[in-house]
Amino acid sequence: MPTIPLSWFLLVGAGLFSIGLYGALARRNAVAVLMGVELLLNAVNINLVAFNRYITPAQVTGQVFTVFVLAIAAAEAAVGLALIIAIYRTRDTVNLDEIDLLKG
Amino acid sequence: MQLLFFLILAAAAIAGALGVVVSKKPVYSALSLLVNFAVAAVLFITLQAQFVAVVQIIVYAGAIVVLFLFVIMLIGGDLPGVAVRPRARAVAAVAALVAGVLALAGLGYALVAGSPAATSGAVPGNGSVQAIGEALFTTYLLPFELASVLLLVAMIGAVALARKDST
Repeated sequence: MPTIPLSWFLLVGAGLFSIGLYGALARRNAVAVLMGVELLLNAVNINLVAFNRYITPAQVTGQVFTVFVLAIAAAEAAVGLALIIAIYRTRDTVNLDEIDLLKG
Repeated sequence: MQLLFFLILAAAAIAGALGVVVSKKPVYSALSLLVNFAVAAVLFITLQAQFVAVVQIIVYAGAIVVLFLFVIMLIGGDLPGVAVRPRARAVAAVAALVAGVLALAGLGYALVAGSPAATSGAVPGNGSVQAIGEALFTTYLLPFELASVLLLVAMIGAVALARKDST
């Protein structure tokens, strides 16, 4: 097929990554920050699959790496959300500006 | 035709990502995240990665987004302070801009220097469960086993963290 250039997929990936980075850094809600991180991982997945399809179409390396990234993302989301629930129990907030227990 | 399809998908993916970042309510953010993941799965199918697309739907859209929604419901959908932190906003905007510019610069350099030409057509069945399973159980056996250990640790950790008397 590839009538669509590889760089277009990379552009989409870069755009999603930048948006996710902004979300992860700027949001005040801890849940929203986690969602930003998920966006970052998803952008990386698009890049990995696109590279796999265009550069080494005979192998599945990129797709295998994508599966690993998915596993890591699932683990990260589970632990992160458990942390948020634990923090909400003790501090009654998920506002990152108010969670400053370790601030010197 | 193919180009138009791709452009629609790309616009939908970007719109979903923007929805995640801009939405004031966390529930809308989570639903936008779902849109973004679903569109990414369609992109994977256009890249002949069927297995990854299905796993994306099952794990991301099915598990992670539902987990997010559960947590949002548990701690209340209407939280004060879901807005953007004013101080961090500038820093974040600069960081995102730098990342975007760096990625654009890299792409521009690749275009000038000549990126590798798109190689031959798809190898039939390369995105199938069989091909990926074979790679997972031969070349990538050690990372595969390590991933299972990681998932076990994450599961135990999540249960231990979220238990009532552990805090």
